[in-house]
Amino acid sequence: MLEIFLGLYIFMLAAFVGYGVIKGVPALLHTPLMAFTNAISGISLVGSLVAAGAHYNNVSTVLGAIAVLCATINVVGGFWITDRMLRMFKKQDPKADAAGDA
Amino acid sequence: MVDQVETLYLIASFLFILGLRGLTAAHTARRGLILAELGMVFAIWGTVIHPDIMANLEIAGFFQTYKWILLTFFIGSAIGIAISALIPMTRMPERIALSHAFGGLAAALVGVSEYYREQVIAGHMDHTTMAAIGFEVLFGGLTFTGSLMAFGKLSGLIPGRNITWPLQNQSNILMFGGTFVLLVLVTVDPSNQVLFYAMAAMPLLLGILFVAPIGGADMPVVITLLNSYAGLAASATGFALNNNVLIIAGAIDGASGFILSVVMSKAMNRSFRNVLFGAFGKVDEEDAAMAAAGGERVQEASVGDAAMLLSGAGSVIVCPGYGMAVAQAQHVVGELAEILEANGTQVRYAIHPVAGRMPGHMNVLLAEAKIPYTSLMELEEINEDFKNTDVALVVGANDVVNPAAKHNPASSIYGMPVLNADLARSCIVLKRSMRPGFAGIENELFFAPNTVLTFGDAKDTLTKVVEALS
Repeated sequence: MLEIFLGLYIFMLAAFVGYGVIKGVPALLHTPLMAFTNAISGISLVGSLVAAGAHYNNVSTVLGAIAVLCATINVVGGFWITDRMLRMFKKQDPKADAAGDA
Repeated sequence: MVDQVETLYLIASFLFILGLRGLTAAHTARRGLILAELGMVFAIWGTVIHPDIMANLEIAGFFQTYKWILLTFFIGSAIGIAISALIPMTRMPERIALSHAFGGLAAALVGVSEYYREQVIAGHMDHTTMAAIGFEVLFGGLTFTGSLMAFGKLSGLIPGRNITWPLQNQSNILMFGGTFVLLVLVTVDPSNQVLFYAMAAMPLLLGILFVAPIGGADMPVVITLLNSYAGLAASATGFALNNNVLIIAGAIDGASGFILSVVMSKAMNRSFRNVLFGAFGKVDEEDAAMAAAGGERVQEASVGDAAMLLSGAGSVIVCPGYGMAVAQAQHVVGELAEILEANGTQVRYAIHPVAGRMPGHMNVLLAEAKIPYTSLMELEEINEDFKNTDVALVVGANDVVNPAAKHNPASSIYGMPVLNADLARSCIVLKRSMRPGFAGIENELFFAPNTVLTFGDAKDTLTKVVEALS
């Protein structure tokens, strides 16, 4: 019972931290933000990895493996596309900015 | 081992939050992304040495233990990279909707898997874990089918218009309530498998029924809301597995989706309730394609007139709308801006929050066209500057520049924040035809004395303007 309350405290604090930080993200970066948080929430990979790797039983393994597939698409794809977008954001005079850093 | 796992998770959580902070400014965003990626590596590292997996490693050996993980991880990475590398930026909302569907499905599957392991096989499950798994499959399933519906509507696989049927809201709410009752019942008695599977199936149906009545123009709010649900599903997974990094990452995702959906609703001047249950009506373009009101006259300008007006201007603010992206005109807008800037004209862009099809979408489209982000201005930043600007160039935007929203209480968009394009000394509107926008209403801006309209495809028109000026 104590564990669930500990979890609720963590959830509450993380939600406030998340709210506070994300409030500061400019509208300019809202689409990359969505791709970014999407990649992070692919962290459910963590749960599915255990289900797929611990071999509790066949059903759990199969469901876990499908979940790993879905979550990996999000994690790897999410980070990839966030990077693809952020690379496009250039400061003034795009030609001088050959290094491609934004 | 548990200590090691928890330490790695702690580092991962720290890096996630630090990475997210990087996103608060464009020049630190990529550094933030790298930190978050590093965090993900730590989280995965911490998981592959999870005690349950290590126990299996000792019995079954490396190959048997990790074969499914490795196989699905590589296939998933390949699919993820392929989609992300190939999809055009205009279709970003579809890509995001699809990834919410994957996220929701993953969470729901882990939930069912946990239920199967602890209840069906082992025969014991405490009430709190059951409640967590219940929320997990509820949010996961709802997000899965809801996002697939959103994806279908955005990509045109299913009709984008609002699909309605009698007593729609009442039956949806009743079903949602029913699902919740099932959740409570199954928490009280986790051993009742029939109840559990019924409760796991209901959200799948609900996701479809909830999104069906919402029209294509309202999809930005739906996507952001589903983003929030995907986060809550991940958090619930964390509760079910006693995994803190999952709780934290899910909470952040949930908060992000919530903030963005509030931003979107405000920009559209709608309440959540109105978006979700309003069935806005006439939102798709065909329905809105009604004839222009007779009587009032608009001033038409040729391409040459428009070019002259632009070349004589000291300052220009471009007001892009989704029509610009549809016409694929963003690159030629960038070319025009370069020519004008070479002449000493100040060129900036006024980005309305709902100019694209999802939050921040228009910024990405313009950044892709090599327009520096330093000239992309948010509505609040630039709205006061219109009155000191020579030319407002409206490209494919309509409702977001309609001054009626400011002063006509009878207008259906009254109160919606709009760009002050009407206050510029003159205003050039590039328009395909005299057709009202999504809200299906007439735009006063087009009839204003300082407004001229140039008809035709935005890309063609701008290409000709560029030719005339160079």
